[in-house]
Amino acid sequence: MVPFGGWDMPVQYPAGIISESRSVRNNCGIFDVSHMGRIEFTGPGAVPFLDTILSAHVAALKPGRSKYHMICNEQGGIIDDAIVYRLDVEKCLLVVNAGNAEADMAWIKPKADAHDGVDMRVVTDEIGMIAVQGPKAIEIVDSLSEGTASSIRRFRIGDITVAGVPCQAARTGYTGEDGFELMPPADRLEELWQALKEAGCDECGLGSRDVLRLEAGLMLHGSDMTVDNNPYEAGLAWTIKLDKPGYYIPGEALRKIAASETEKVIAGFRMTGRAIPRHGMSIHDGSAGQDAVGVVTSGTHSQTLDADIGMGYVPRRLAESGTPIELDVRGRSVTAEIVELPFYKRF
Amino acid sequence: MNPTDLKYSKEHEWARVDGNTVVVGITQFAADQLGDVVYVDLPAAGTDIAQFGKFGEIESVKTVSDLFSPVGGKIIEVNDAVKDSPEKVNEDTYGNGWLLKIEITDSAQLDTLMDAAGYESLTAE
Repeated sequence: MVPFGGWDMPVQYPAGIISESRSVRNNCGIFDVSHMGRIEFTGPGAVPFLDTILSAHVAALKPGRSKYHMICNEQGGIIDDAIVYRLDVEKCLLVVNAGNAEADMAWIKPKADAHDGVDMRVVTDEIGMIAVQGPKAIEIVDSLSEGTASSIRRFRIGDITVAGVPCQAARTGYTGEDGFELMPPADRLEELWQALKEAGCDECGLGSRDVLRLEAGLMLHGSDMTVDNNPYEAGLAWTIKLDKPGYYIPGEALRKIAASETEKVIAGFRMTGRAIPRHGMSIHDGSAGQDAVGVVTSGTHSQTLDADIGMGYVPRRLAESGTPIELDVRGRSVTAEIVELPFYKRF
Repeated sequence: MNPTDLKYSKEHEWARVDGNTVVVGITQFAADQLGDVVYVDLPAAGTDIAQFGKFGEIESVKTVSDLFSPVGGKIIEVNDAVKDSPEKVNEDTYGNGWLLKIEITDSAQLDTLMDAAGYESLTAE
């Protein structure tokens, strides 16, 4: 167990990271992600308020739908990435990173308090969260919910009963596979976990989750982007809706950044030499003796692809697929090649 | 459990003494801490190594760790099979997962290592 955002979390179960990753790609894995921050916004002002804060166009979301987006500050820096679920006309659920929950609250709460008609409530401790991910996920959750799960389409959310436990079921995830994020009452989480295990799901920890999300080219806030990065250099422009009506707090700053190309940009790479890239290693355009031109933000060994893969910031001129780069691996220069993201694509 | 016929270093390596030859590997505790081992970098046979000197690197999905020799001497054999199949370190830590065979220079060095009970109390902390 490791401390993570104030929670004790399993990095891996006895099966180990490689076996757990394989389960998710071939069968179905379950992850206890109850540590993720969950905040409910209700009232007539909830949707208009969230549209001032989130990069998604919340008012355009029909109830039951969700959107991945950025929470940016006035300078356009990324405070967090999150998913907003529109539960009802006047009710939204925001799921944020555990490690950023405090920073999110510090940014959002005073503004929510000052906004008319918004009731903001942190429900993290009341509601548990289990991610059920993999090619068998839909079939398994269907078998435990009298076939109701599969009626929820991708990126949508609905209320179903799974193994007798009432859940909000969001057809979202962080692995590149289809599946659900099930949110039962916290005191019934263990019961649901056991039922999923008995139905054929394999227990997975944070370690395999990190491998899987990286294979799928999904960013991790705190590693791949921080408050010092803007969404354009982080390859997240597609999550920013600048043309939505009404006031959007970081709108002006983001428009300015979007007007010209950022100097650096995040890119995926695959090692051609033998080494596992790790967060913080420097990237070089030639030999490692030369000045660093970039930095690795995430890296791992991918069993799925039988390759060592990573992401990092590089100057735009090096971001083209096929460009050779070098990494400083504990003083050794090891070769790599820029490749398209994602590394792994199911859909 | 850790075999009682082996000696252990506080850097989590084991040593099996067979006359002048010492077989070296990492302990089950270390293998479990690392998780799935992906790469093992070992020196060439014929290299001299000092006791507790760094002789290589072992890397898992999670992390990378230096390898330190529990004894000093000349490396007479390297387990090439483990380079190709690093999972042997996790699966058969005290058997096919061995890393080096060393011709020991001074067998008094063995007295500075722990026995299984001593090592278990170290890892129990």
